[in-house]
Amino acid sequence: MEQLMVNILIATGFLAGMGLLLSALLVIAEKSILNFGPCTIDINNSEKILKVKGGGSLLSILARESIFIPSACGGRGSCAYCKVIVKNGGGPVSPVEEPYLSDEERKRNTRLSCQVKVRNDISIEIPREYFSVRKYRGKLISKRPLTHDIFELRIELLEPREITFTAGQYIQLKSKEYKGRESVIRAYSMSSVPSDKNHVELIIRRVPDGICTTWIFDYLEEGQNVGLSGPYGEFKLQPTDSPILFIAGGSGMAPIWSMLRDMREKGIKRKAHYFFGALTQKDLFFLDELRQLERELPDFKFIPSLSREPENSNWTGERGIITDVVKKYIPDTSGYEAYLCGSPGMIDACIKALTSTGMPVEKIYYDKFA
Amino acid sequence: MEATATHGFAGLILIFVSAAFTDNVLLTRFLGMCSCLGVSKKVDTSIGLGAAVTFVTSVTTALNYLVYKFVLLPLDLDFLRFLTFIVIIAAFTQLVEMIIDRYSPSLYYALGIFLPLITVNCAILGISLFMVNKPYNFLEAFLFGAGGGFGWFLAITLIGGIREKINESMLPKGLEGPGITLIIIGIMSLAFIGFSGIIKV
Ligand SMILES: Cc1cc2nc3c(=O)[nH]c(=O)nc-3n(C[C@H](O)[C@H](O)[C@H](O)COP(=O)(O)OP(=O)(O)OC[C@H]3O[C@@H](n4cnc5c(N)ncnc54)[C@H](O)[C@@H]3O)c2cc1C
Ligand code: FES
Repeated sequence: MEQLMVNILIATGFLAGMGLLLSALLVIAEKSILNFGPCTIDINNSEKILKVKGGGSLLSILARESIFIPSACGGRGSCAYCKVIVKNGGGPVSPVEEPYLSDEERKRNTRLSCQVKVRNDISIEIPREYFSVRKYRGKLISKRPLTHDIFELRIELLEPREITFTAGQYIQLKSKEYKGRESVIRAYSMSSVPSDKNHVELIIRRVPDGICTTWIFDYLEEGQNVGLSGPYGEFKLQPTDSPILFIAGGSGMAPIWSMLRDMREKGIKRKAHYFFGALTQKDLFFLDELRQLERELPDFKFIPSLSREPENSNWTGERGIITDVVKKYIPDTSGYEAYLCGSPGMIDACIKALTSTGMPVEKIYYDKFA
Repeated sequence: MEATATHGFAGLILIFVSAAFTDNVLLTRFLGMCSCLGVSKKVDTSIGLGAAVTFVTSVTTALNYLVYKFVLLPLDLDFLRFLTFIVIIAAFTQLVEMIIDRYSPSLYYALGIFLPLITVNCAILGISLFMVNKPYNFLEAFLFGAGGGFGWFLAITLIGGIREKINESMLPKGLEGPGITLIIIGIMSLAFIGFSGIIKV
C-alpha cells in the first residue's frame, strides 16, 4: 500500500517536473532565440515608416500598428485575402503561399502577409486606402425587407463612433459562427450617405446557402453587435462634369443609392441616368424614393426595366434586358461616364455593350460583387 | 544470409540498414501515414519532410534513450514512457523550429515549415518505443533512430516520385489523392516484404 503511494507520488512528481522544465526551457528559448530586435517596415516607398519589434507575421505586426490588411482566416494561410506586395526583405515564398499566387502575382512579389515573417527590415506596398481602414464594433439597429430576397441593414457605430468614407466604397462584415458554418468576412457596399458618420447602411441580397447571407438573414437580429472594417474600394464618382450612366440591379443599388443622395446633399448638378435591371415588379424597391430624387436633382432620370414581367401585367415601364434599354435611350455613349455595380456576368455584358456604342473602357468604373 | 546481433562496425551498419529496410516504419508498420498522405504530392516536399523526420527521429531516439535509461528505469517509471517520449519529441521539434527560424532562414524554408507537421508524427514516437524493446547501447539507439528515419525518408520520396509521374486527372474521381496513394503504398509494402528475413537484429 505504502509502496503504491510512493510510486504514484514519484510518477506525478516526475511528470510535473518534466512538464515544468520543458515549458520553462521553451519560454526562455522563445524570449532569447526568437528575438529579432527592432526592424523597420517601409510602406509605399517611405510614405510611412514603422519601427517594430521583429518576430511575428507581417499581418499581425501591421495590425498592432493599426493598419488592417483584410484577413478572413485569421492568418492560417487559407483565405488569401491578406495579399500585399513585399518588395524586399520578405524571404522566400513558403509552400503554404504557393497555391494562392498566380505567376503574375509572383512576378510582382505579391505575398500572403500572414505567412511573411518580419525578421529584418522589410519594404512593402499596400493600397493607400488601407491607412484609413479602421476596425469597428457596431450595433444592428434595424433590419427591414426591401423585396422578397433583399434586406436593408442599419448599423450604429459604437467603437469608434465615426467612419469617414466616399460614396461608393464598401466595408467588410464579419459573420459569426452558426450551425457548423465558420466565421467569414464578406464585402458589402455602403448605401448610407457619407455625412451620416455614425451609421452604416447596407443593402444585401440573399445568396441561397451563402455562408454570410444566411447568417444575416436567419441569425442576425436587431440589437446584436456586429464587427466590420473599412472603408475599402476605389469605386467613387470621378471629379469631372461628364454625364453619368449608373447601371445596376438587385443589391447593386447600394453604392449608387449612396452616390445619388450624396449628389443631392452636395448640390452636384451633373446629368445622370440610372438604369436598374430586375426580373419582375416584386424585385423593385426604392421606387418612390428614386422618383422623389428625380424631382430634387436637376437632371436625373431613373429607368427600371423588367426582363421577366408577365406580358399582360399592369407594368407600364421598360421591358427587356438592361443593356438593350441603355442602347435605346443613349445610342451614343461617347462622352459619358459609366458606373456599374452587380454580378460579374452583368458587368461584363454591360462593358461589352457600352464599348460597342462608343464609350472608352477607361471611362467605365465598376465594383464586381464577386 | 542470416546475421545475429554482431558487435563492432558491421553490427552498427546492420542496425541502420535493418531499421531502414527490413523494418521500414512507413511500409511495414504503416506509421506516419497522415503526413505522408498529405505531403507526398511532389518529390521536393517529400524530401523536405523526409529529411526533417530523419533528423528529428535520430536525435529524439537518442534523447529518449538517455531519459529512459537514466531516469525512467531507475525510478521504476517504465509505464510513463509514452507520455514522456511524446512530450520530449514535441518540445524538441519546437526548439529546433525556433533555432533554425532564427539562424538559418533558408534551412527554415527547406525544413522548418515541416516541423509543426511532425510534432505529433506517430512514426517518430513509434521508433522511440521500438528502441526501448531492443538491447541497445547509446550509439546503437541513435543509429536505430537514424535508420528508421531514413527508411521513412526513402519511402515518402519514392511515393512522391511515383505520384508525380501519375497523371491524377486520368484517375476515377474517388481514387484521387489519398486513394491512389494508399494503393501505391500497398504495392510498395509488398515489395518491401522481400527484405524481411534478410537481416535479423
Ligand atoms: C466590392 C464588393 C461589394 C459587394 N457589395 C455587396 C452589396 O452591397 N450587397 C450584397 O448583397 N453583396 C455584395 N457583395 C457580395 C458579397 O460580398 C458576398 O459575396 C455575397 O453576399 C455572398 O456571400 P455569402 O457568404 O452569403 O456566400 P458564399 O458562402 O460566399 O457563397 C455561396 C455560393 O454562392 C455563390 N455566390 C457567391 N456570391 C454570389 C452572388 N453574388 N450571386 C450568386 N451566387 C453567388 C458562390 O460561388 C458559392 O457557390 C459585394 C462583393 C464585393 C466584392
Ligand atoms: S489571412 Fe487568410 S490567408 Fe493570410
